[in-house]
Amino acid sequence: MNQTYAVTAVTAVVLATVLIGALGLRVSRTTSDFYVASRTAGPRLNAAAISGEYLSAASFLGIAGLVLVQGPAMLWYPVGYTAGYLVLLVLVAAPLRRSGAYTLSDFAEARLESPQVRRLASLFVVGIGWLYLLPQLQGAGLTLEILTGAPDWVGGLLVAVVVTGTVAAGGMRSITFVQAFQYWLKLTALLVPALLLAAAWYGDGAPRARFDAPAVLREHTVVRVADTVRVGLDAPLRVAVTGTVDGVRYEDRTVTLDAGTHRVGAGTVLALPAGSAVPERAGTGSDDPLGWSQPLAGGRDGHQLYATYGLILATFLGTMGLPHVAVRFYTSPHGRAARRTTLVVLGLIGAFYLLPPVYGFLGRVYAPELALTGSADAAVLVLPERMVGGVLGEVLGAVLAGGAFAAFLSTASGLTMSVAGVLAQDVLPSRAVRHFRLATLLATAVPLATGAVATKVPVADAVGLAFAVSASSFCPLLVLGIWWRRLTPPGAAAGLLLGGGSALAAVMATRAGLAPAGWPHTLMAWPAVWSVPLGFLTMVLVSLATPRSVPAGTPAILARLHLPEEFTAPVPAQEARR
Amino acid sequence: MPEHLQPRRPRRETVTHASALGDRPAPRLRTRPPHPPARSEIDEQTTLGHTYVRSLMRSQLRTGLTALGALALLVGTLPLLLALPAPELLVWAALGVGVYPVVWAIAHWYVRRAERNERDFTGLVER
Repeated sequence: MNQTYAVTAVTAVVLATVLIGALGLRVSRTTSDFYVASRTAGPRLNAAAISGEYLSAASFLGIAGLVLVQGPAMLWYPVGYTAGYLVLLVLVAAPLRRSGAYTLSDFAEARLESPQVRRLASLFVVGIGWLYLLPQLQGAGLTLEILTGAPDWVGGLLVAVVVTGTVAAGGMRSITFVQAFQYWLKLTALLVPALLLAAAWYGDGAPRARFDAPAVLREHTVVRVADTVRVGLDAPLRVAVTGTVDGVRYEDRTVTLDAGTHRVGAGTVLALPAGSAVPERAGTGSDDPLGWSQPLAGGRDGHQLYATYGLILATFLGTMGLPHVAVRFYTSPHGRAARRTTLVVLGLIGAFYLLPPVYGFLGRVYAPELALTGSADAAVLVLPERMVGGVLGEVLGAVLAGGAFAAFLSTASGLTMSVAGVLAQDVLPSRAVRHFRLATLLATAVPLATGAVATKVPVADAVGLAFAVSASSFCPLLVLGIWWRRLTPPGAAAGLLLGGGSALAAVMATRAGLAPAGWPHTLMAWPAVWSVPLGFLTMVLVSLATPRSVPAGTPAILARLHLPEEFTAPVPAQEARR
Repeated sequence: MPEHLQPRRPRRETVTHASALGDRPAPRLRTRPPHPPARSEIDEQTTLGHTYVRSLMRSQLRTGLTALGALALLVGTLPLLLALPAPELLVWAALGVGVYPVVWAIAHWYVRRAERNERDFTGLVER
């Protein structure tokens, strides 16, 4: 890929982000501007900003890669990301806005009148936020590496610096503009190449790809396997090898590999003739480096239906508790606007999610070998060059690269904003803007440092884990807090710890290889199916057991959450907590 | 807020249960008292005020659960359906395109219904 175009596109996106951020800075003056854009963002601007923030690199690059490798069943990811907003709208949106608080911790404290529950909620907000930030920064590094050959830490650092700069300088007001811009940028960057690629595909005689059988190469293809992998073959395969296969070293020798499993050493170059089936990666053990294009954790061990429902529960119910999603509702002027905003968001992200499957399908046809090399996430980026070629192909590739970078930047800004908000309120001594800026630095520095130490943290696992933990902790807290008047602080704390904690522990244990194979493995890799009910049940039972702890102000706060604003005295942003 | 209130004087009346207000609208006076009675019940957080809030919560929760039920029925059952031997095209059509309009339609229905619940409530209380 021509580096000049890609570097130009990424630079343009970064510059535009900084410029629009600076524009926001000029109008962002008060503390309220900083935290909640003075609650003046109208539904359309706010909805574009929410969508821009929500559509991360996992959506822009990851879904296409997943579909390329595993077929259309992986479309449950975007469906879940969208339906999560519907659940959020129906159960939480308007009351969350009317609670008058700013972060999820504020909500916990306002509803339960307990500083302890507040601290616990803050812990979860920061934890989930960092879990989600980590893959954004690492993904940026990966993309820049693919595009320009820069070392993998450069992209992460670039995103961290730009995000810290814009957020610390302009706060919420400025990132509202930036993210609204980035939604339209991402949509355009995915839509225009998709149309041209679809035209090229049609002009090519509309070749079909099969997903229920190994993908077939259209032309002679040379692939370099970056990491040692085990591949499965359904039929014998003739291939020219330079490197090690099954422990034997070859120098440009043509060998016939029997059907069955083979071990291909790191750095091996395989030359596959046209018409041969692409060997499939086998045995995703916990030692395998995973990209976005792997199931969250071993979803393919014969319990697909359970895993699908695990994914559905985690994404449907987890969206409402993601810190960068929740914080956005406070920028709506009132509860009704929060609902209408969510409706627009559903339209915007639904429209966006029509596009990644196109890339996944075309990737399966034109670049199936990406599944073997483990860089299926690059499918979106390499397709234009592969299918169109020439200057046009390179320009389209650069447009997609710019869009991918917009994805990293916008999601990372939103997460940084919300994590920094909690850090500034609960860790640092005051809410002054100076401390907010310090908190911003802290919010990005920790995941950046973690990413540098723990390289190759599986991206999909981190994101999936964030959803599962959020669904098992904040979902019960929000739903019961809003709709059930007998919730008590001990109940909420127990539910947060047991629900969120068990989801976290289960996935961590699976990653560490502690889970026995078979059903226990599946149950632990996809915890949401049991950890969400566990969270709810714990909250309900412990609350019922501690009826004396029901906060005295419960009826008043529930009235405020549910009554239209004309009944309740306006709560100024500044007074929400102090 | 569209319907901002004209001030009214509170009526003297012993209210025993919620329907007492629902059945008998306040007499319309030229000079309106500072608050309609039901409203001050809510403002002052009396038992009756809480009953009003509960009724709103119940209707909103019913609406929300209906929407979630529709989601569970129309989208939540898809994995079961798609687990049956189905042509691949159907999976693409259902998950790639079909789900999104359904989700949006449920959301649209919910927003209209929830706003109507609030309008009905406002009408009931401010009558």
